[in-house]
Amino acid sequence: MVVFALLIINKAGGLVYNRTFAPGLQKLDSNDYLILAGTFHGIHAISRTISPAPRAPHPPGTRPPPTTGIETMDAGRFRLTCFQTPTGVKFLLFTSPEQPNAEAIIRRCYEMYGEMVMKNPFYSLEMPVRVEKFDRVLGGYLVRPG
Amino acid sequence: MATATTSKASRMGEEIWKTRVDKISAEVLTLTYGTLVAQLCRDLTLPNTASQTDYLAVNAELDRMGYAIGLRLIEDFLAKSQNTGHCSNFREVAEVISKVGFKMFLNVVPEVRGWQGPPAGEEGAGGPVAFSLVLEENPLAEFVELPDDGRAQDELWYSNVLCGVLRGALEMVQMQVEARFTSDVLRGHESTEMRVTLVRYLQDELPADDD
Repeated sequence: MVVFALLIINKAGGLVYNRTFAPGLQKLDSNDYLILAGTFHGIHAISRTISPAPRAPHPPGTRPPPTTGIETMDAGRFRLTCFQTPTGVKFLLFTSPEQPNAEAIIRRCYEMYGEMVMKNPFYSLEMPVRVEKFDRVLGGYLVRPG
Repeated sequence: MATATTSKASRMGEEIWKTRVDKISAEVLTLTYGTLVAQLCRDLTLPNTASQTDYLAVNAELDRMGYAIGLRLIEDFLAKSQNTGHCSNFREVAEVISKVGFKMFLNVVPEVRGWQGPPAGEEGAGGPVAFSLVLEENPLAEFVELPDDGRAQDELWYSNVLCGVLRGALEMVQMQVEARFTSDVLRGHESTEMRVTLVRYLQDELPADDD
């Protein structure tokens, strides 16, 4: 059970945070990560509108519940869990396929983000996250002492 | 249905307040906010005067500050209230703002009153949709008496930052609203009341149903 990496994508599809916690993923350079984030953003957006799943019924005049789009993607050596907040920020967690509770982990990351990134008055919205305290607390939560 | 939402929202608010929120002395907040407003009143003066405060400019500045706060605070709100679920109509939005939002950040629960709009379930009918939040207690204004210059009582909305916060926070979850105070006990009115009007739901980033 390993948590490999966390990516945060802003609502415009830009990569704002990218951190690896454990070895096991192929090393990508920062440009590749940007491309990965942008591509996933696009595919995720498409998956929200084009989906074989029937739409949830809702009374006329009320807002339909939002469609979540891609939630997980399984591969032989890793699983990608995606959580999109109601404001449009996406949290992408790369774990090993057998990692349980990826959903809970990702929500905890969102809480830390709300607490430490958004409340930092010198963090500019939509820009890359460079907040030391967030790094530290996130590391304390997800880096396993080797 | 409305009552079910109400009690669920109340429970959520209590639960979050008890278990997930770091608390500070209310006086720290009251005094800090008081200092901020007083400083704005000193800094923003009417053109060609040195000491006459431009209260309308102060209101606007407080609203703008609140807006910037709301844009950020919404993430913390959503992260801490992740089980609340999606609001399917503006009534639910009102309930959640009052019983979860205000509870979480200020430990007060304003009463939702003066509902205007089509009955629940027929919101497609059109027409304005609005509600009022009545603040029995206002932690921002605990020790405040407005300046006795004959204008502050008529022009300054002391807690106007709250309007901005609501506007900013709701905009991030695809609702454009207009929020303003309609009365304030500081001005000698009977209650402190803000009016929130839905302007429109903002479209998602993708054009919906383009088929």
